[in-house]
Amino acid sequence: MIRLIMELKNLPHSSWVPAFAGMTLVVMSTSPKITGAPMINIHHFWSEAVVPFIFLIGSVFLVVVPLLLAIAYLTYAERKVIASMQLRIGPNVVGWFGLLQPFADGLKVLHKETIIPTRANTLLFLMAPLITFGLSLSAWAVIPFSAGVVISNINVGILYLFAISSLGVYGVIIAGWASNSKYAFLGALRSAAQMVSYEVSIGLIIITVLLSAGSLNLSQIVEAQSGLWYVVPHLPMAVLFVISALAETNRAPFDLPEAEAELVSGYNVEYSSMSFALFFLGEYGNMILMSAMGTILFLGGWLPPFSIAPFTWIPGIVWFALKISFILFIFLWVRATFPRFRYDQLMRLGWKVFLPFSLFWVFLTASIIVAFNQIHGV
Amino acid sequence: MINITAILFYIFSGTLLSAAALVITSRNAVHGALFLIVAFFNAAGLFVLAQAEFLAMMLIVVYVGAVAVLFLFVVMMLNLEMRQGQKVTHRYSLIGGVVGGVLMTELLLMLVSWRTSSSAFDLTVAHISLYKDMTNTQALGNLLYTHYALIFQCAGLILLISMIGAIVLSLRHREGVRRQKIGDQIERQMKDSVQLMDIPSGSGI
Repeated sequence: MIRLIMELKNLPHSSWVPAFAGMTLVVMSTSPKITGAPMINIHHFWSEAVVPFIFLIGSVFLVVVPLLLAIAYLTYAERKVIASMQLRIGPNVVGWFGLLQPFADGLKVLHKETIIPTRANTLLFLMAPLITFGLSLSAWAVIPFSAGVVISNINVGILYLFAISSLGVYGVIIAGWASNSKYAFLGALRSAAQMVSYEVSIGLIIITVLLSAGSLNLSQIVEAQSGLWYVVPHLPMAVLFVISALAETNRAPFDLPEAEAELVSGYNVEYSSMSFALFFLGEYGNMILMSAMGTILFLGGWLPPFSIAPFTWIPGIVWFALKISFILFIFLWVRATFPRFRYDQLMRLGWKVFLPFSLFWVFLTASIIVAFNQIHGV
Repeated sequence: MINITAILFYIFSGTLLSAAALVITSRNAVHGALFLIVAFFNAAGLFVLAQAEFLAMMLIVVYVGAVAVLFLFVVMMLNLEMRQGQKVTHRYSLIGGVVGGVLMTELLLMLVSWRTSSSAFDLTVAHISLYKDMTNTQALGNLLYTHYALIFQCAGLILLISMIGAIVLSLRHREGVRRQKIGDQIERQMKDSVQLMDIPSGSGI
């Protein structure tokens, strides 16, 4: 798998071919070949456009299929972890230790009926889960799994991630409006306000890391941490990032958009069958995505903790997966531990605590970099 | 001869123009806002084709991720009733036509009488050649924060002033509304608020 992607990266004109990862998205590259090869001969069309395109589709599959498996087993892990914390057993009937439970759930939800509410806006109603799911997959186009193992190594990788994660709100808000239901609409409004608020602090946290790394490219951000992971100098920002990620993915204790006591189930209350499953998969995909983002920004991506013998034997992709699993475990741990926030407290935390503090940290980082003359790339 | 960049350009610009037309013609305001988002997306695609990936990402983060969300938010909250078969009222078509006509004429006059200095092009290109071997994020940063730092600061100041102005105009403190003071709550000590008493059974306090 790794070799295939590496081969793909070495092909000359592969980087600008549109990728179809869930939705049509253009994966860009700043390689000068965009203008360098505008006129492609029909003979070269196969070798320069079609073959790289097929390779690209192949590599997208190589990312998406393990990702879907990871999402399935994240739901299983969540049930098992929370069960252990509450002194229960959790799923243990379907398959060995209940390991086939996610597939049983998937099959069950697949053969249910898709119900479209009266006077709902049918097209938007069906589009919303597709948007949520497609976005959670398309962000993986820029995630580096190991040194050089990435579908599209673009210059503005972190901005692309930020842009995709800021679009996640559309799936929710469109679902809430198109359902023609008060509960769903209230859930969507809560979610939109919450996600927009916490994006501000996530943006500032990203800026502190960018200042330290001196690059917007995700691989370069990881490589800049080869001496010291940013979780050490930027520990407060790492904590803030995890909390903001909880709010951004609507997870407990910030799961107000789907607070079951007030809103039944929030924006997805009218959804059933596969349309609901897509929301579910999208949400868990977003959790994994935010964990991957946290890993790249603060935990050194694919780098081993120490670059000495026993640690360097383990391939980078394993370290990457382990670090993602660690952050995901925090997500589950928090859900089993804390009660839900009240909405005004949530907004206060976002705007009056996180925003000033992360802004202060941006100033501090910038000042230290200027004071010690550590400016990159000038 | 197949030129994929050109094909993508026509796809993006065609979708952009038709989405922009649909923004103003769609009867449902929410659909209009969604078409606006489609238009933003395709504009970002055009930026990517022009190798301005930083601008493309900024367009998506700022306009699609924040501004359009607020548009959509407001439009959805207004709950505009879209009745079928309702006649479009032409009450404002006269004044709208006059204002639009005047603006259009002015634009056309500008376009006809526009004179470009022969050195203007060289002036704009001068900076570009300075940043030829940089990524465009770096080039933009240098241009904004080094060459035009003062103008950029002024623009930021104007935005700040308009924000403060909007807050001053719309913020109003209502009387008799109880607010939560987090600081007071945290500072409160047990001895100030809880009194433990030994009460013999059968008697009140």
